[in-house]
Amino acid sequence: MSENLREQLLLLPAYFQGHLLLTLAAISMGVLISVPLGVWAEQSARVKRPLLAIVSIVQTFPSLAILALVVALLGGRIGFLPAFIALTLYSMLPIVRNTVTGLESVSGSVIEAARGIGMSPHQILREVKLPLAMPVIVAGIRTAMVWTVGLATLSTLVGATSFGNYIFTGIQTRNLVAVTVGSLASAGMAVSLDGLIASIQWLLEKRNEAVDSARLKRIRIGVYAVITCIAAIAIYGLVPQPRADFVVAGKPFTEQYIMAGLLASELEEAGFSVEQRVGLGSDVIYDAISNGSVDLYVEYTGTIWANYMNRESNPGREAIRDGVIEYLEEEGVVTVGFTGFQNRYALAMRRDRAAELGVTSIEDLVSISDELAAGADFEFFGRTEWLRLRDLYDIDFGNKLTFDPSLMYRALVDEQVDVISAYTTDGRVAAFDLLLLDDPRNALLAYDGMLLASDSASRNPDFMRAVESFVDSIPDQAMRQANRLVDVDGESINVAIEYLRSQLIGN
Amino acid sequence: MIELKNVHKSYDGGATVAVADTNLTIGRGEFLGLIGASGCGKTTTLKMINRLEEPSSGAILVNGRNVIEQNPEALRRNIGYVFQGIGLFPHRSVAQNVCAVPHLLQWSAEAIRARCEECMELVGLPFDEYGGRSPSQLSGGQQQRVGVARALAAKPEVVLMDEPFGALDPITRSELQEEFKNIQQSMGLTVVMVTHDMTEALLLADRIAVMHEGVVLQIATPHELLNNPSHDYVREIVAMPRKRAKRLEELMRDE
Repeated sequence: MSENLREQLLLLPAYFQGHLLLTLAAISMGVLISVPLGVWAEQSARVKRPLLAIVSIVQTFPSLAILALVVALLGGRIGFLPAFIALTLYSMLPIVRNTVTGLESVSGSVIEAARGIGMSPHQILREVKLPLAMPVIVAGIRTAMVWTVGLATLSTLVGATSFGNYIFTGIQTRNLVAVTVGSLASAGMAVSLDGLIASIQWLLEKRNEAVDSARLKRIRIGVYAVITCIAAIAIYGLVPQPRADFVVAGKPFTEQYIMAGLLASELEEAGFSVEQRVGLGSDVIYDAISNGSVDLYVEYTGTIWANYMNRESNPGREAIRDGVIEYLEEEGVVTVGFTGFQNRYALAMRRDRAAELGVTSIEDLVSISDELAAGADFEFFGRTEWLRLRDLYDIDFGNKLTFDPSLMYRALVDEQVDVISAYTTDGRVAAFDLLLLDDPRNALLAYDGMLLASDSASRNPDFMRAVESFVDSIPDQAMRQANRLVDVDGESINVAIEYLRSQLIGN
Repeated sequence: MIELKNVHKSYDGGATVAVADTNLTIGRGEFLGLIGASGCGKTTTLKMINRLEEPSSGAILVNGRNVIEQNPEALRRNIGYVFQGIGLFPHRSVAQNVCAVPHLLQWSAEAIRARCEECMELVGLPFDEYGGRSPSQLSGGQQQRVGVARALAAKPEVVLMDEPFGALDPITRSELQEEFKNIQQSMGLTVVMVTHDMTEALLLADRIAVMHEGVVLQIATPHELLNNPSHDYVREIVAMPRKRAKRLEELMRDE
């Protein structure tokens, strides 16, 4: 077994439990809400149309958007609760719709007979309509279950543990083993839970049959055993775990996984218990540190400046640093210090091509830009930084193409484009020996890595001492090489962490 | 036993009249056939007796008590009902179907079980053989036997029947008709049976009420109806069984 696979499988119990608990909780809540709503809708035409419309609309919302909206509505709270609420909302459509359909499909003559022999409306519902609609309702629950298991992987982005941790980490760090393990685990859980509901339903249908065959008994025992196991695992997950002393978080890209791991291991060495929440969406993570559900992560000055302070100007690296520190102080987020590396956008070229054209800075591109092809990630040409760069230098490229980042580097190496919007600490800059062009007019924002801590964590002197050891300790070159180990050489995050630790300045 | 006094039923705020100002009296132990073409108001009349439909005006007395003043569920539990579509509960066993009403009335488990065996025996379906089966495992005739057993389970004095034998093949139908007539007579049941089959009505009923467009044209014994129809419509609908009987007689004579 490869080291990588072994490492991934060690994570399985925690991810399995998180995923299972989330799915079961959301489905149970979904059933508790949706079946009564379906019953209500079936009895009142006034309720039915708007209700079905609302649950359908919820379903058409992109699932990531629902997650982000729920986090926002909860005031930036991350973790289990927002994921649980979003998944519950998502599970409702198939259950409500099938409940309505199932109840409506009960034969009129049976209902008339139930009335005729003197059943009350309540008894008709409970003893006739619901049992007869049950196969259709259960089919809806099974659909919802399969959806929910799949969607639960997204809850990683709002800080809930799930198989999504495998998938997002794996995609960002090009670890296909992790992606495969996560996907198989998620698919396996979906199939198993679906099969479990099917066998429960089968047993319920056979309940009234006088014949009690040996096979029926065996299946019954099997189902009870599985239910007991699942319940035990889920309940164990509900038992409050001793809360970790600190939560270290990261956004979903390689550098962040490495930094989160590095910070976490340092804190653990200092004697703290640490929980890592990696792969959080960047909209989520800042709110989380403001409200204290995350204690430590690496942010970038340019992100705070442009995205949270909504500044469009570029007063230069130092002024941005000062502005951001001041802003964070007002927000109650503690800036421990800067990491030393800067991960900003830079225009990059192949060295041979740059030498051929005599280019070392963006200034040199001005006269020839309309003959060049430029590649960028999906957002670069839409950012104010590009607009500022275009206006300050008065350049525009003859051909502008957008790519997935990994394809963008490939396109540059294969000479399909002349210039790309590289990230300065990206491992591929080193791997492909790219030339980063100078920016003498300061068009591109500074993105200094900074260590942000929650207010509560910053009150612990041992915590601060441990984190402060990373201030101004990681040069661009070291970060780039660590990223390269993962992105280009296919090493694990742990290897990159160890490498980075050996490169720290001042230790 | 059952009395309809000026019972009127209309829909759409009086625009459509289903049953017009009807008076009917059905004696204890009497078997009344309610006959007419579809849409004549016979089923509506039947359903008003146990409040599956509510009259627009007028009063219906069962055992001297106005049904409108009674809890509809309690009323229905005391009146047996055999349904046109049979209407067995497909998710319940035959025994559970038969005991549905005693169950609703919260009889003791032993009493329910004993009554269930009794009723199933009565309709020719031994409990031990059929009690555990599901309705879908029975033939159409057996299903309606279960329907009859269910109607009788709570020992009602009144049984309402809505074209109970309509869906059965002719041989099964006549078998069941005969058996039911015997049960009715031996238990002294008061029965109102809706049918569109004049022959059935003539053979089973003590008296027949002929309905046409919401109005009862004539109430009479089968003998009187055949020999002394009061309206052209009544003459018309008794003509067919008469003609058949005559033809059958001729055939038998020829042999």
